[in-house]
Amino acid sequence: MAEYKKPVTSADFDANFAQKKPLMSKTEAYMESSRCLFCYDAPCMQACPTHIDIPLFIKQIHTGNVDGAAKTIFDSNWLGSACGKVCPTGVLCEGACVYTNDNAKPIDIGRLQYYATEKVIREDKHLYSVGENNGRKVAIIGAGPAGIACACELRTMGYQVDIFEAKGKPSGLTVHGTAPYKITNEEALAEMEYLQNQFKYNIHYHTPITTKEQISKLEKDYDAIFLGVGIGPTSVLGLKGEQSEKYVIGAVEFIEELREKQHEYSVPKNVIVLGGGNTAMDAASESARMGAEKVSLVYRRPKEAMGAYDFEYKLAISAGGYSIYNTAPLEIIAHENHVELKCIKTELKNGVIHEVEGSEFSLEADLIIKATGQAKMGEFFSLIDDLSIDSKKRIVVNETTFQTSNHKYFAGGDAVNGGAEVVNGAYDGKMAAKGIDTWLNSTKN
Amino acid sequence: MADLSIDFAGIKAPNPFWLASAPPTNSGYQIMKAFDAGWGGAVWKTLGVPVVNVSSRYGGVNYRDTRLMGLNNIELISDRPLSDNLREITEVKKHFPNHAVIASLMVESKKEWHEIIKMVEDAGADGIELNFGCPHGMCERGMGSAVGQEPEVLKLIVEWVMEVAKIPVITKLSPNISHITDPGLASVQGGTNAISLVNTFKSIVGIDLDSFAPYPVVDGKGSNGGYCGPAIKPIALNMVRELAQHREIAGTPISGIGGIETWRDVVEFILLGATSVQVCTAAMHYGFGIVREMEAGLHSFMDERGYKTIYDFVGLALPNVKEWKDLNLKHKVVASIDESKCVGCQLCYIACEDGAHQAIGITELDGNRIPHIIEDNCVGCNLCSLVCPVEECITMVKQDDGKEFVSWAQRTNANDVPTTFDDPRAGGLGHYVPEPALALTKRRSR
Repeated sequence: MAEYKKPVTSADFDANFAQKKPLMSKTEAYMESSRCLFCYDAPCMQACPTHIDIPLFIKQIHTGNVDGAAKTIFDSNWLGSACGKVCPTGVLCEGACVYTNDNAKPIDIGRLQYYATEKVIREDKHLYSVGENNGRKVAIIGAGPAGIACACELRTMGYQVDIFEAKGKPSGLTVHGTAPYKITNEEALAEMEYLQNQFKYNIHYHTPITTKEQISKLEKDYDAIFLGVGIGPTSVLGLKGEQSEKYVIGAVEFIEELREKQHEYSVPKNVIVLGGGNTAMDAASESARMGAEKVSLVYRRPKEAMGAYDFEYKLAISAGGYSIYNTAPLEIIAHENHVELKCIKTELKNGVIHEVEGSEFSLEADLIIKATGQAKMGEFFSLIDDLSIDSKKRIVVNETTFQTSNHKYFAGGDAVNGGAEVVNGAYDGKMAAKGIDTWLNSTKN
Repeated sequence: MADLSIDFAGIKAPNPFWLASAPPTNSGYQIMKAFDAGWGGAVWKTLGVPVVNVSSRYGGVNYRDTRLMGLNNIELISDRPLSDNLREITEVKKHFPNHAVIASLMVESKKEWHEIIKMVEDAGADGIELNFGCPHGMCERGMGSAVGQEPEVLKLIVEWVMEVAKIPVITKLSPNISHITDPGLASVQGGTNAISLVNTFKSIVGIDLDSFAPYPVVDGKGSNGGYCGPAIKPIALNMVRELAQHREIAGTPISGIGGIETWRDVVEFILLGATSVQVCTAAMHYGFGIVREMEAGLHSFMDERGYKTIYDFVGLALPNVKEWKDLNLKHKVVASIDESKCVGCQLCYIACEDGAHQAIGITELDGNRIPHIIEDNCVGCNLCSLVCPVEECITMVKQDDGKEFVSWAQRTNANDVPTTFDDPRAGGLGHYVPEPALALTKRRSR
């Protein structure tokens, strides 16, 4: 078990969750930016879901045009600062850096990106102006990466934008669902504030859209509606005893509460995390950093089948996670002072999991975190007429315009892709804004 | 182990590594420290009537993460009283009798020249260097490069010096002139024992974008400085070569100066005819310890090749520096890419495409980023191999068998060179050149 003491103060919390991609110093940025080769048709740029002109912004940092570098980044990605910190750069831009082909260290693109954007955000230096009012109004449901990106883009074109957000803060999972060592609340919210100051869109917080009446009013009041609603709470596994509030929590809810309460949040000594995806790795790593003495990752399939990125898995293990593969949960039994997880060993035969007869066993813990997927927003989708949903309960959109089957509606982010990165939401939102503009200009609206 | 000692026009030193007359040789303290660190000689900061200096004094040129690729200065000659400098010369020679201490001098009248030469000889200097190079400040007063740029005046002053000098005299040349051989020849005709070059280049290293003043900024203004450092080495090498190949100058010992920092630089200057080298910027950047690398490298080079002294390889590159007209037009190389080493940056592709002869192709298939050479279009210019970031990935491969030799001079003699604007003997006739309109069918350049 790694040596993380239970954080008591906010300084303890910050130390246990030390930033994986801290802000570069001016010297570091100068030295690192000097290494970029300025590749032709650069692979890093191709690997970025938003196609940021990475060689250009790195050259701009190097020549002292840091504001220009920030503009190059925001031109492609309105959440350029958050993405610099939370993107899985090792499998995106940095993974594509040609240096890796010669076993040389790739350019630290994520941190350079954060360096450039952090400066203009800190100085509140506005790089864009709002477009002249075109008299059209767009409603956005959800102030996550997709919704915010859509809002920024629409404002540059002169649309009036109202965002309806169920929670009390913008940026969605960036602030509610990302591991704290990837980005701090302050960093995520600073970018949100910077963008809203600059683009002056309205966000109506604590305003969940849940009724047909609300939907009808939006349809009447707005020319188009963008759905950036993300995905729902942790899904129900259907295990007996799963409802125990004392001993069982969903990973999404766990991370949200942890980010909110930080050092004041209490994680018990012995934690079991169910699942093998990136969220499971985050939950395990965070439990260890919150001082848990034992963190077990319980996964139904073998190690090779895990959905988590390799670096996320390694991070969880290095923080102190312990993995139990080929193990399926059967039942959760709440005892007075602990919880019991009844499990059974599994084996993979022709790609199908089979329980191994007679291999039942029990694990003890103080808390079970379910990182076994999130429920989709099916109930919400049924409020909207003619909205096509695929078999995985994702909204179906046109790949380039992000328009849905109900043409007044556009959608992007997790609600469309089933749960991906901040950068994917940022791209979808921007493209959807262009799609909305094209559609409105081609109809009689 | 090779013997690095030299006898430079009668000035003896344990090795050819000398500090140039500059801020690192401002005092006996610095020079003693340098000798202790391994330098074989030092040319004292120029002596004359003491000056008054400004603040600040230096400006730098950086390239990417490398500081001081070039350095310029607007500092003048020694601002210390002559007697202090003379006393320290004597003290240094007492501690280091076998090291070379050369007094750099700059005065105006014949009388002053005669006086100061006597004084530095009495102090124990091993030689004299005449500063005819300084391109800032002193030249406004008729000294330094003002002399170096007027061969007749230079020759006259060298003659004044030679009338009285009992120790070897080195004339230091300014490169701020069209033909370095003009002052070089004048110094030889004046009777100099040796030549050193180059002094600094007249320069502006940059402009402060807030005050719009050149660096270094002195109270909102600036002046041209003297430029030195690694950036000037190529120009210095050529000037050394020009003197060493000149019929009437060849044979006069040359002390090479200009951007020397490593043993490779030292060897290159020696191969072009220098028999001592002088260093300033490297010592100002890294301190006197930088000489360790030069000494170790020179030893390895000489031991590997069996050279006993530096005189075994002085000037060996000179026969290979020809006029363009004598080069072999039949020699042919083409680029070759080692696919196992290529990292896929495509810098060679875009360099050749936009900057050379469109002789490299890329395929868009299957994410394959390795470019390929279109040999028919390759003129063997080297550009791709120069921009490639990977060691030994792109090499230039010889195509001819080396048996044929035809030079421009020979073709001229044989009346076989293009003589009219559309002469069918144009070298580029038949080379592949894309139609101009094809440029617009390419996707936007990234």
